[in-house]
Amino acid sequence: MIAIYLLFILMLSVFVGFELIRKVPATLHTPLMSGANAISGITLIGALSMAGGESGQWATWLGAAAAFFATVNVVGGYMVTDRMLAMFKKR
Amino acid sequence: MFDFTLLINAVYVISATLFILGLKLLSHPSTARKGNLVSSIAMFVAIIVTLLDKNIVSFEWIVISIITGSVVGGFAAKRIEMTSMPELVSLFNGIGGLASVAVGWSTVLGNSDLSIFVLFVTFLALLIGGVTFSGSVVAWAKLSEKIAGRPLVFKGQAFANVLLLVLVCLSAYLFITEPTLLTWHYLVIGLALVLGVMVVLPIGGADMPVVISLLNSYSGLAACAAGFALENNLLIVAGALVGASGIILTNIMCKAMNRSLVNVLTSGFQAVVKNEM
Repeated sequence: MIAIYLLFILMLSVFVGFELIRKVPATLHTPLMSGANAISGITLIGALSMAGGESGQWATWLGAAAAFFATVNVVGGYMVTDRMLAMFKKR
Repeated sequence: MFDFTLLINAVYVISATLFILGLKLLSHPSTARKGNLVSSIAMFVAIIVTLLDKNIVSFEWIVISIITGSVVGGFAAKRIEMTSMPELVSLFNGIGGLASVAVGWSTVLGNSDLSIFVLFVTFLALLIGGVTFSGSVVAWAKLSEKIAGRPLVFKGQAFANVLLLVLVCLSAYLFITEPTLLTWHYLVIGLALVLGVMVVLPIGGADMPVVISLLNSYSGLAACAAGFALENNLLIVAGALVGASGIILTNIMCKAMNRSLVNVLTSGFQAVVKNEM
């Protein structure tokens, strides 16, 4: 049952995602891509519970590695996007 | 100890709303920078509240990986030349895919009694995450001219790719039926990595931004699959948002270049595509 409930959430979010990016000017393609990329670093919150949990040594280490990678993606992603957009404004 | 589950999920709702709002603001030139800020706040709030999770018992690894990750990511973002930003985005994207692989793998290693559904979505997280990682690394290498930027095609490529897909399906079956055998974990991840390379190699030149956008969409889907494996609503919502908006953005970019999405996607499955641009 929980699978169905999760699929329900998935379906709704997909539609929201489609609708959000309907009309976007060409200049924003790259920043938008970069910004969305930073959001995909949300894996971090999954990684946190693996890195701090107690389901075996390997699971913890992989969780810590995942948390590291995801943090690089999140922090780097948001900062690069901000730099791109800051550059935009000056022009 | 007090159970924070309700609080965590309530904050996740707020966080998901902010992500949607952030993406919306990000798609208009005048509000784009604010949108990025809103979405980073959503991420920050989600991370902080997740630390209250009762399953988290030790914090040393979390602290170490978050600090080192922030330093590496921040340093790379600050120091990069303006001209090489697309490469960096591609690389970050690949790293995000790698994170999904690690989360998926950690899930199967940490639990021995997973349902078939969870095993299937974990397989998807490993597969999509692996494709995202190796594909993004190839895209990065092409953009930074570490390898030739033109489309790389060879004889029998279509056959090799079909064979690869069959092997991927086989590995899914083996992985789901015998999840405790480490060999199948390596097989799934290895095949995903090869598949990512094979998908991006035949694409080149002006199509590269499209591929990066597509891989970005994949990294969202990988996060989404990991969300199913961990039964985490926010991972599913944010992953699906990135996945769906990434596909649409890819489509818009294709149209701007007079190419169809299918045409770019299946470059490895057909005879050499002549790029008129």
